[in-house]
Amino acid sequence: MAIGGLDIGSRTIALVEVEDGELRWGKVVATTFDPLEQCRQLLADRSFEVLVATGYGRHLAQANFADRTITEIKAFALGCHRLFPECRTILDIGGQDTKAISLAPDGRVADFQMNDRCAAGTGKFLEVMAAAMGLTIDEMGRIALETEAEVKISSMCTVFAESEVTGLIARGTPRPEIARGLHEAICDRAVSLLKRVGVEREVVFAGGVARNPCLRALLERRLKVPLLIPEDPQLVGAMGAALSALQ
Amino acid sequence: MSEYDVMWEGLGIDLEAHAGLLEVLPPMYQENILSQENRPRGMEYFDFVFSEVHGLRVKELVEHREGGGVVVGTFCTYVSEELIVAAGGICVGLCAGAQVAPEEAEKHLPRNICALIKSSLGFKLAKVCPYIESCDLLVGETTCDGKKKYFEVLGELQPVYVMEVPQMKLEHDRDLWRLEVRRLLARLEELTGKKVGLEELRDAVRLINEKRRALLRLEELRKSDPPVISGRDALLVSQIAFYDDPARLTDKVNALCDELEERKARGESIGGAHRPRILLSGCPMALPNWKVATIIETSGAVVAMDEMCTGIRYFDNLVDEDAADMEALLDSIADRYLKIHCAIFTPNGERVEHIKELVRDYRIDAVVYYALQFCDPYTVEAFGVQRELEKLGIPFLYLETDYSAEDVEQLSTRVQALIEMVGSEDKA
Repeated sequence: MAIGGLDIGSRTIALVEVEDGELRWGKVVATTFDPLEQCRQLLADRSFEVLVATGYGRHLAQANFADRTITEIKAFALGCHRLFPECRTILDIGGQDTKAISLAPDGRVADFQMNDRCAAGTGKFLEVMAAAMGLTIDEMGRIALETEAEVKISSMCTVFAESEVTGLIARGTPRPEIARGLHEAICDRAVSLLKRVGVEREVVFAGGVARNPCLRALLERRLKVPLLIPEDPQLVGAMGAALSALQ
Repeated sequence: MSEYDVMWEGLGIDLEAHAGLLEVLPPMYQENILSQENRPRGMEYFDFVFSEVHGLRVKELVEHREGGGVVVGTFCTYVSEELIVAAGGICVGLCAGAQVAPEEAEKHLPRNICALIKSSLGFKLAKVCPYIESCDLLVGETTCDGKKKYFEVLGELQPVYVMEVPQMKLEHDRDLWRLEVRRLLARLEELTGKKVGLEELRDAVRLINEKRRALLRLEELRKSDPPVISGRDALLVSQIAFYDDPARLTDKVNALCDELEERKARGESIGGAHRPRILLSGCPMALPNWKVATIIETSGAVVAMDEMCTGIRYFDNLVDEDAADMEALLDSIADRYLKIHCAIFTPNGERVEHIKELVRDYRIDAVVYYALQFCDPYTVEAFGVQRELEKLGIPFLYLETDYSAEDVEQLSTRVQALIEMVGSEDKA
């Protein structure tokens, strides 16, 4: 029985196919301004016994083609638990939201924390900062690893931090140092969210931002634990959604 | 021009801005309240009162004043309603629950002050609240720094009298508060030019106690599982109780309770089987603030209890009606109010104990803590409440928000995740 999992995030949409509890196929596309059309294209040649949607567009999906919905919290819990059965703590940094989730040993969600309405410490934050420095996100992550020196970015508000970066550029601060400081700032934010749910091993880092090598390194250094990173961190939510249909 | 337009104009209402406000209310009401399924018939009265929120009830206030009575506006459950009634006044609760003219309010108040205070001044400055414009006196209180300073601003626009609410509950605090209750009575007597006698005061105490008894009866019925009334309807009843005629409201709440008792006996509930039972705790939700309750209930749970000023804090505990004389009766009134577990008190272990009691008595599955951004007393107490509930294994969700709709999606995700945690058999 093929089950579909669809994760409609603010930046990307992921669709996976799960059969016999195993991930068979997955694809990620940009959300764009027309997520519904993107979903239709993704779903065009596929048929599922059940399609479960998650992510901020889950209700849109349910109104149109999904059979049911679950929240991203539950989706990441299910996805991470399947990939890493020992997982007890999850950090998921997506385009718009950052989530810290703690799991009971059986994989149940024990507690969770989410960032407030602002984009502090999310993928969006990185995106805005990269643009302010004339870099792509990948470039920014790369140059941040070039230096150990960092400048302190004191503002976590995306808009204020952008002004701060503009100010630093005007003062002639080298871009690698600014980039490093920005990654440290996100790391701070993620760690404080994680501490509120409690950090217990094993710790999984999922969501699109988990592809950023600088942040991974900084988090591991700070948390003093190795992070488990899914092979494709952007598919975990969609996979969790599909797995929920098997329960 | 309709009859109400004439009345509103007479009160100094900005008719154009007011018409704009009245336009947004019906769709909000439809979406949050009327769209609920299987509502009790007894809610029709409250639907009617709300539909006439700025009409019939305001007309009653106007007529009352024309007959020589006074109208007194309050902002807090600490202001003794029975004193106002005994002085021949009508008491109306004034805290505003919608974002109105924040840019006007921000000319007098900092941007980062709680939504309730900012909204209250916004309503006043935009001249869209016929209640505040009907008031002969506004009674403020020192329940937080923001309000304390706000009343100075408001006092420049309208007569404001401020009660000093103590912040501890020691013997000398009680003495101060008993004195404050007498000081308010004297101020009301000065306003009306009449001395309040023992029988008038006793009658007022009985009247308001009856209202509390009816509202407490409704709370008892909220223990039913599956629920016989939604949390949103219960919240609406409590919000309306702040401004409707107390005797009439008491009758209508009792009639609603009769119906709910029949429902319960028939095994009829608002929505089928068991739903996760949520305790909503924290800041008040003045009309028309239904945002969080609606999110919870449209996500599949029921708000089974409100530990808020627009909930149990408003009507818990009665005044001793049999107190022997004027002095004893005034003391009983003061003492009843001092039992309200407002977050301004220190230490405030009583509030946490009360929450734990409610969690047990109402078989609560999870607590949603609603804090208005910048409300220090309630935002700080959230930490202690969470710690205590964790010991009991009760999931706790903290939501810090305001009256805007911009965060509805994020709040929904968190609430739905909480419900997934406590609600589903398959538990994530």
